[in-house]
Amino acid sequence: MNPVTDVHTLWTTAAEVPGRIPAPHIEYAQISPTLIVFGAAIVGVLIEAFLPRRNRYTAQLLLSVVALAAAFAAVIGLAAGGFATTKAHLAAMGALAVDGPALFLQGTILLVSLVAVFTFAERRLDPAAHGKRVDSFAAQAAAVPGGAAEQAAVKAGFATTEVFPILLFAVGGMLIFPAANDLLTLFVALEVFSLPLYILCALARRKRLLSQEAALKYFLLGAFSSAFLLFGIALLYGYAGTVTYAGIAEVVADGAKQIDPALAGTMGNDALLLIGGALALMGLLFKVGAVPFHMWTPDVYQGAPTPVTGFMAAATKVAAFGALLRLLYVVLPGMRWDWRPVMWGVAIVTMLGGAIVAITQSDIKRLLAYSSIAHAGFILAGVLATTRDGISSVLFYLAAYSFVTLGAFAVVTLVRDAGGEATQLSKWAGLGRRSPLVAAVFAVFLLAFAGIPLTSGFAGKFAVFKAAAQSGAGWLVVIGVLSSAIAAFFYIRVIVLMFFHEPKADGPTVAVPSPLTTTAIAIGVVVTLVLGLAPQYFLDLAGQAGTFVR
Amino acid sequence: MADLSFPLLTCAAALPAVGAVATAALPAARRTAAKWVALLFSVATFALALVIAFRFDPGAKGPFQLTESHAWIADFGVRYELGVDGIAVALIALTALLIPFVILAGWHDADPLEEARPNRRWRPTQGFFALILAVEAMVILSFEATDVFLFYLFFEAMLIPMYFLIGGFGDGASGADEGEAAARRASAAVKFLLYNLAGGLIMLAAVIGLYAVTADQLGTGTFSLQQIVEARASGHLTLGTGTERLLFLGFFFAFAVKAPLWPLHTWLPGAMGEATSPVAVLITAVVDKVGTFAMLRFCLQLFPEASSWATPAILVLALISILYGALLAVAQRDIKRLIAYASISHFGFIILGIFAMTSQGQGGATLYMVNHGISTAALMLVAGFLISRRGSRLIADYGGVQKAAPLLAGTFLIGGLATLSLPGLAPFVSEFLVLVGTFSRYPVIGVIATAGIVLAALYVLVLYQRTMTGPPKDEVRALPDLRVRELVVVGPLIALLLFLGVYPKPLTDLVNPAVDHTLSVVDKQDPKPEVRVDAVPGHQRAGHPAHHHDAEAAK
Repeated sequence: MNPVTDVHTLWTTAAEVPGRIPAPHIEYAQISPTLIVFGAAIVGVLIEAFLPRRNRYTAQLLLSVVALAAAFAAVIGLAAGGFATTKAHLAAMGALAVDGPALFLQGTILLVSLVAVFTFAERRLDPAAHGKRVDSFAAQAAAVPGGAAEQAAVKAGFATTEVFPILLFAVGGMLIFPAANDLLTLFVALEVFSLPLYILCALARRKRLLSQEAALKYFLLGAFSSAFLLFGIALLYGYAGTVTYAGIAEVVADGAKQIDPALAGTMGNDALLLIGGALALMGLLFKVGAVPFHMWTPDVYQGAPTPVTGFMAAATKVAAFGALLRLLYVVLPGMRWDWRPVMWGVAIVTMLGGAIVAITQSDIKRLLAYSSIAHAGFILAGVLATTRDGISSVLFYLAAYSFVTLGAFAVVTLVRDAGGEATQLSKWAGLGRRSPLVAAVFAVFLLAFAGIPLTSGFAGKFAVFKAAAQSGAGWLVVIGVLSSAIAAFFYIRVIVLMFFHEPKADGPTVAVPSPLTTTAIAIGVVVTLVLGLAPQYFLDLAGQAGTFVR
Repeated sequence: MADLSFPLLTCAAALPAVGAVATAALPAARRTAAKWVALLFSVATFALALVIAFRFDPGAKGPFQLTESHAWIADFGVRYELGVDGIAVALIALTALLIPFVILAGWHDADPLEEARPNRRWRPTQGFFALILAVEAMVILSFEATDVFLFYLFFEAMLIPMYFLIGGFGDGASGADEGEAAARRASAAVKFLLYNLAGGLIMLAAVIGLYAVTADQLGTGTFSLQQIVEARASGHLTLGTGTERLLFLGFFFAFAVKAPLWPLHTWLPGAMGEATSPVAVLITAVVDKVGTFAMLRFCLQLFPEASSWATPAILVLALISILYGALLAVAQRDIKRLIAYASISHFGFIILGIFAMTSQGQGGATLYMVNHGISTAALMLVAGFLISRRGSRLIADYGGVQKAAPLLAGTFLIGGLATLSLPGLAPFVSEFLVLVGTFSRYPVIGVIATAGIVLAALYVLVLYQRTMTGPPKDEVRALPDLRVRELVVVGPLIALLLFLGVYPKPLTDLVNPAVDHTLSVVDKQDPKPEVRVDAVPGHQRAGHPAHHHDAEAAK
């Protein structure tokens, strides 16, 4: 015997017989949307490594658009193939759900990301530096702000085209997040989309210190929340002896049947379930931006480059609410009576807190941040319904809200003065006089946020409140409409500022965007109006997608 | 009723909407063209409203005519359901009648200032007229909607163009510099919007509640007024007393803000005072009527029991409105605010008539809506012409105008006399009917409300005396009289006031069957022996209505 085979024999006998290891059965076609996005992200990294600098922007943009469109087509294909309804099942060894809510949310995330890519790629807004067109991102992320290296990078016309693969990684994580069907996949997905977001937040071309501060805050608080989630997962495992959603739900419903000897002391212990469930919920509520886990939102929204803010505000919310829905509806329906009162409280303070604090804001990005908190509260009202209607209303609201948000932040990128984007609200005075069209478009988004009839915001709000009222949460609805009234005040204030105030002499100008941002804004307006005037088709879609697979 | 398939009602609402888009689309330099386009569309809408009025058969059976019904948002139980009764026809005609005059009166109100820098993209004139047409479209649609949700959509949505009209255009007569005037206008507009939005959102909670109740009991949720009324009559849908009262309050709150009823009226004087007078007419003569109309159509018919329950309180509030509005009108120094407070007083009368629950009261209230629209429009528009000549809204700045501008003073007087309900002018008939209708059931309230008439005489005549009579002031001496355009605005309105004052029959014939239907739904009859038997069978109230109401008032 030669020594090599000898070692090999030792190795193989120590392990089990190779043939016995069950090869994981992966339904590649059914998780193809995620695979396409991750694949494209990796190709994007290779492009960064091998393509010359001057070609990267075009290649990355093309790759991202094609990948996201292809992934969206794959989602449509799966939905058309019945995976949203009759053929809904668990793929990849039970790790991922392929069902109505997952496909609906993935479709929404992909469309939102596609539009976000347009705003990422915008290069006409900032004045050209050294003859080269620049986007919203730092020339060289690693260079110290204001340092010589940065100036050299700007002079050389560098651009951080890495944002595209980073974005794609985030999108991939977000696709998995609402589809995750066990707690470990959930956690991995959370990290996969969070880490790229932390990086993206730090990449602003202007006000870089603010941007880096925002990223650091986001990272630290995000790490805390991840830790909470992980701790919750550990406790839930201790309680149920499994991390799969169905397994935990079974133990919650019927008690532990087979006690794992290693977990004999903890399995079936309700204290673990309650604490673990609460910690896991905290982790998700942080991502959603619900009070009292919202502290990061205004700083991060303000500091991050505006295209990133728009993407984050729209897509993260969709993904996180998707995961929250699945956790509450699949894992914890058996203890509805335990979590509903708590979530009632969270929904109420989120609606009121976001709306009230937003009144005092003087920066448009911070204002939109607090408004997003208030909207998280409205969505939570739908989540609380714990009915099929509740699910579909939340799905509809998320789709409606995310396009309004993207559009609104895209408009914010247009209003600029010498220091870059003019986000100070006072600078927006008289914008309606200077550029009636841009101001009118922004007014449409604000009215949709405020939930004025004939916009998507109203249809969404009506859907979630209707679901909440039907499940007996009448008082929650009353508080919801009251906070809508409060919220309307600050949206209206911005409209007053834009239309009824005289423009200031040194006010900002509205940059003329390239077709990319124009398309993004136009899509936002069209979706806002279509979902407002003829929401039935999309409500049907969300209604059909309203059942989770176990 | 030959071709039922022709969507007459949709067209009546769509025409001004199309006009709004067409007006808004004209380039900045084509200001005059925009005005003519807007006028053309508003006149065409009026023609269509007349067609509706002639097609409408007051004697026909069924609550609604010219109905249209299409599926819309099935998930919310919402259908695109239109239909008109006599009340709606009268109010649509009023709206469509007034808008051309509003446009004509505001012909130069939105012209850019001479010194303004030319700005290719800033088109205030186009915006002004497009917004007026947009408001018209939404108001007409909310008069036509028989689906609660559809009504709510436009009831709320019309706030937005109104808000821009109030906040964006001023009359330059506030005595302050332009910056301060703009700030005041903006705050008046915000106050208008917040009051109405808050009312609307409270109503939204009630609308959702209504859906939850119908979905719970009928299987599928519905917003169809007729379906709900029928289901309640047949017993398929029963509302708990508490639920019905809460829902009623939610609806009534929104309508009381819009109408406006004391103590929710405080937005009106600011909004009417700061806006240009055509916009003020739009607020008080057109948009606010949606509030009182909706009380008749939705509050009473959807929640009859709760309406009876709330009647005493609402009557008292209406009474306070009448007296409080009139007293404050007497004390005003600003012409437009005076007319605003007078309107609050008049809305008190309308609401009093509606909740007196007698056929004279409600018929009178409906006539009152129409007549108040015409008389206020006449008074306010002439006041606007006056103010634009002198550049001041303060009564003290005028005096002896009748010597300088006799036509203006004469038309102002007629508008004023109509406002104080002089016999022979249209509002007299309606005010009389309201008071008679109230008196027959609530004598004390009827008597007290009469004081409102006395006060009306006071504020109108004092206003006329201070501005028009006496020695002419220096600034007033050279005031030009009414121009042709202005005469075209005022003449027909005054003719109409005279005509309807002498011969209100066309209007009463149109309105009365609808009022009777409403009363039958509310299960109320006039406290007189010769009443029709149209109550829902199985109720014993018909015999002792007065007694019943005493007991109710005692609650």
